[in-house]
Amino acid sequence: MRFVPTDEHEALGEAIDEIIAGCGGVDVPRGWANGDTASGRRLWSQLADLGLTGLRVSEDDGGMGGTPQDMVVAFERLGYHAAPGPYIESVAFLPHVVPSDIRAQIAQGVIATTSAAPHAPWAVDAQISDLIYAVGDSWWAEATVGSEEESLSALRRLVVVDPGERTSSDSAAIAFAHDEASLAAAAYLVGAGERLLDEAVSYAGVREQFGRPIGEYQSLKHQLADVRVALSFARPLVHGAAVTLSDHTGPRAVSAAKVAAGVAARRAARTALQVHGAIGYTAEHHLGLWVTQVPALDTAWGTPATHRARIARALRAE
Amino acid sequence: MNLDLTPEHETFAAEARAWLAENVPAQRLPSMDSAEGFVAHRQWEATLAEGRWSVVSWPEQFGGRDAGLVEWVLFEEEYYRAGAPTRVAQNGISLLAPILFDHGTESQRERYLADMANGTTIWAQAWSEPGAGSDLAAIRSTARRDEGRQGWVLNGQKIWSSRAVWADRGFGLFRSDPEAQRHRGLTYFLFPLDAEGITVRPIAQLDGETGFAEIFFDDVFVPDDDVLGAPGDGWRVAMSTAGNERGLSLRAPGRFLAAAERLRSLWVREGANDPALDDAVVDAWIGAEAYRLFTWNTVARALDGADLGAEGSMNKLFWSELDVSIHETGLSLLGARAESRSTAAVDGGRWVDDYLFALAGPIYAGTNEIQRNIVAERILGLPRGERRERS
Repeated sequence: MRFVPTDEHEALGEAIDEIIAGCGGVDVPRGWANGDTASGRRLWSQLADLGLTGLRVSEDDGGMGGTPQDMVVAFERLGYHAAPGPYIESVAFLPHVVPSDIRAQIAQGVIATTSAAPHAPWAVDAQISDLIYAVGDSWWAEATVGSEEESLSALRRLVVVDPGERTSSDSAAIAFAHDEASLAAAAYLVGAGERLLDEAVSYAGVREQFGRPIGEYQSLKHQLADVRVALSFARPLVHGAAVTLSDHTGPRAVSAAKVAAGVAARRAARTALQVHGAIGYTAEHHLGLWVTQVPALDTAWGTPATHRARIARALRAE
Repeated sequence: MNLDLTPEHETFAAEARAWLAENVPAQRLPSMDSAEGFVAHRQWEATLAEGRWSVVSWPEQFGGRDAGLVEWVLFEEEYYRAGAPTRVAQNGISLLAPILFDHGTESQRERYLADMANGTTIWAQAWSEPGAGSDLAAIRSTARRDEGRQGWVLNGQKIWSSRAVWADRGFGLFRSDPEAQRHRGLTYFLFPLDAEGITVRPIAQLDGETGFAEIFFDDVFVPDDDVLGAPGDGWRVAMSTAGNERGLSLRAPGRFLAAAERLRSLWVREGANDPALDDAVVDAWIGAEAYRLFTWNTVARALDGADLGAEGSMNKLFWSELDVSIHETGLSLLGARAESRSTAAVDGGRWVDDYLFALAGPIYAGTNEIQRNIVAERILGLPRGERRERS
């Protein structure tokens, strides 16, 4: 059981932070939300140079051969910065499904997305992706872009895709890909929750009403403390699930991580919005990027109900 | 920091498991908050000590095994998994002993630790007063210097002292400098509960037991030998126990893992088919699992030398609320039968007993409101603001 981040993990996280700051920080998701994806694509390419897109691709295929622990460290940082684009699809899901030449392209920085019904019914951000797929229980296929639906999240474009010729694939590998994608979403949610909490704490320290910072009022203090507790206890589930991902208890650990991360991040979003008040509800303020991204990822890659039901089945069978 | 268990860890856990399987009483003991239960639990402390399992993390010279943090957490997991009795010696072992190790004199350690470890001396805490609960610094009980007798004379009243009616000795804070305010001028004293001038009165609890007590001090003499730490330094000394009570030491994950497993087992046996209850059972399991992983993470960082600071407040908030929700869910699973706490009830009536005990969790060891203040101010760094403090 390895739970404390290693020096390498900390270095990976810091490298991601620096690259995102260099690309404009919060201007990256803000631009993306307004339809300007240039800085987001630049970020993708720089993160690919760092090795992020090949993190879960073997060294033989030109990737980094990284572990699930490396993956959750990276996705926590992506969530903290609301990094836009189909990272879950490209980095966590597809490498376990597609053949090695495609994995190699993804490692190189080619942007890939996929639908994977029923948990991921759309190919998110297909409009900016180079490779577009559809994946079923035991097959995968290249896909063509169909209609587009608007997302709750300011950062996601929901594209309906039509699968072309199907290639059969190992259903166990696809199930594993689903687990890893759920775990990536959980890590992203924890990171997003941490950012929402930081934003709320910082605002509560400077915003004054009735002659004092609103952060002095216990009603806000206690709400923010509850967010701190929820995130602090969700995070070990995410890192623990990364350690046991390949074990027979891996699926239930992933489900626990996804449920807890979603609960904690939603609580962070609600509380951060409440602390900010009306200014947080404006499109101008960047808080809304996270406030809308969180519920979208809470239901993507397995809803809380799906994951709870999976845990219930495992616990009944014990 | 790698927390893979070593073969030595595995051996230690296996040894504990085997001993517990052999020695844990088959029948649940009566509540330790009752006269007969107190005696039975004191006897169990002696049995534990004979096996050298009562204080595994202490040095061998005082009855321990010099066990590290990892072994301690493993022992607690085995202990609760085996369904072993609650620890009637816990206030001494968890709250007082760490202070004796850090602030006590050699002579105090020699006098008190071995008997604490084998149940010969059971200690009761005497912190709260009628006017000093969450606001502990509002303590008004006094200690007056008696130079002639080389000691102090205690007066005042303490309350919510669990099991003080049957316990042997007490520990608590008294105001030794009448001029000093709040956290200053307090001194930490150790005293026998049968000392001249002490009256202990039982207080009936919500759960029907009489574990609570109040202690009246009427010119009780305590020699200098029984001052813990320096006179006037009591607050700093006491706060190191508050950290212990809230943090790792009292609440290893074992207890909640065992409760979540009892809940899972009840849910399977009852064959419940209610999606809301299924979700509640699943959430209890997730919570226990989160607490287990969080604790291992804490252990790893503590072994790395990290200062855990106010983090114990997060533990306390989490486990106390988890404990309530596990037992509320247990009662929901039992349906109309939940009300019965007689031995004929499901699992011998323990769902009601444990539920009532869980209800106290958000109150004792620092109320959850105080813990949220600590998390907000010391971990999140929110502004402290003015408190209206009585002078």
